[in-house]
Amino acid sequence: MSETKTPSKLEKILSSGQLAVTSECGPPRGSDPEVIRKKAQMIKDHVDAINITDNQTSVTRLCSLAACIHLKLMGLEPVLQMVVRDRNRIALQSDILGAASFDIHNILCLSGDHQKFGDNPQGQNVFDIDSMQLIQTVRLMRDEGKFLGGDDIARPPKMFVGAAANPFADPFEIRVPRLAKKVAAGAEFIQTQCIYNVDRFKEWLKGVVDRGLHEKVYILAGVTPFKSAGMAKYMKNRVPGMDVPDELVKRMSGVPKEKQPEEGLSICVETIEQLKEVEGVSGFHIMAIEWEEKVPEIVERSGLYPRPSVGE
Amino acid sequence: MIRSITQKKSDEEIDHLLEGLDRIFIIGCGTCATLTHTGGLAEVEAMGENLSGKGKLVTGEMVLPVACDNMAADILREWSEKMNQADALLIMSCAFGVQSIAQQTSKMVVPALDTLFIGKQTGAGQFDEICTQCGTCILGETGGICPVTSCHKGLVNGPCGGTNNGKCEIDNNKDCAWTLIYNRLKDLGRLDSMRKLQAPRNHQREPSPGKYILPF
Repeated sequence: MSETKTPSKLEKILSSGQLAVTSECGPPRGSDPEVIRKKAQMIKDHVDAINITDNQTSVTRLCSLAACIHLKLMGLEPVLQMVVRDRNRIALQSDILGAASFDIHNILCLSGDHQKFGDNPQGQNVFDIDSMQLIQTVRLMRDEGKFLGGDDIARPPKMFVGAAANPFADPFEIRVPRLAKKVAAGAEFIQTQCIYNVDRFKEWLKGVVDRGLHEKVYILAGVTPFKSAGMAKYMKNRVPGMDVPDELVKRMSGVPKEKQPEEGLSICVETIEQLKEVEGVSGFHIMAIEWEEKVPEIVERSGLYPRPSVGE
Repeated sequence: MIRSITQKKSDEEIDHLLEGLDRIFIIGCGTCATLTHTGGLAEVEAMGENLSGKGKLVTGEMVLPVACDNMAADILREWSEKMNQADALLIMSCAFGVQSIAQQTSKMVVPALDTLFIGKQTGAGQFDEICTQCGTCILGETGGICPVTSCHKGLVNGPCGGTNNGKCEIDNNKDCAWTLIYNRLKDLGRLDSMRKLQAPRNHQREPSPGKYILPF
């Protein structure tokens, strides 16, 4: 995996064998670009690339592509998140070209949350293609310079292609084969669901390593700090596919309310520490939901600072 | 058996649709709408009483054996006198029935039901949508369970990350189609099918609105 196929800075760092650090910014529910710039400013020196979410939880927001362009104009490295929920194959390919025209070099291919969870539950979803097919589409556009319809692309996109993996959803035994399928489809890096159950994650990762998948795809372990005991309980009970062990909820509840954010950050740092040396982990994806200002602290306390610089 | 699954529109909506229409002839359906208790004899009679109570004149009410059958025209002809006295026909069948009747008479038709899906009865009082007539059947590779229909996202390459103990994250009453498919393929010793990358669907296999002419 040492040869790079794109100008992506994220790919360069991963292929150099160093642990990569990514984080994400949710765009605003409005058109003020300052919101996105401010969030990026907070974290830019502590991460290698910044994901921009695509109408996450199906709530209408400023679009991922425009927000990625704002990052690009700041000289930063965006990861364009793209869900297949809202656009058909024409619109998806069109947006990929639009991103490529701004030299956006990373894309994360996702299904997208069902619209039932969002602000337009009565809307029609699209799912013309699925996330697996989106991965294949970007690879086809990049590697063969072709549209899905077979025509040639002038100046094909040069994107490092990522996908998500949830090691915790049931049935557990299909989670490694599902990753293998995404790799077979063309995924080059993976950002995982938030890890709280480290043992379970390691069990999944062992399956990944046993199949040699870690040599074909870079896995960035996903972490999200709890801001409060309430958040830990919510994640445990209300978010499907999330595995939060009881002892973490107890630990969060066991400290006074004003100390809970600090405890949540400590848990997050400990999780990273436990996974840093584990075979198969190529980096970390820190999802500090509306808490971006804490990303630098997490990165520094985890011993992941300073970030490497890579030549263009 | 294939069933058209319907639900009664709200009284407010029906009242709105019937505004300015004083004389109403009510038609039910003896097949699907009877099974779902939305347009059988009892529901037609209750609708008649309800409308009479609101000051409408019900010129007649009847239940067609099969509202979507072209034979319904012959039966309706026998009711033509009472139908002709009405300003509109209030149809308590699925939209197949409403449109069939609209084609067979010159009267204004008003649906009293919403057609939810074409499904089948899977238990007492329980109906499930199991086929959306997509035109490109992959059941041979999914253990006879349709993810296009039964997965909320119509995913054809395996489950999303939102499986919730075998149920779908968006509705605890609905099984995760991919959990069912996985279990079935495991029993059949055909898990290899799940590894196959399904290509993007051809939505133009039979472009909507579908029309098919037998190739004689």
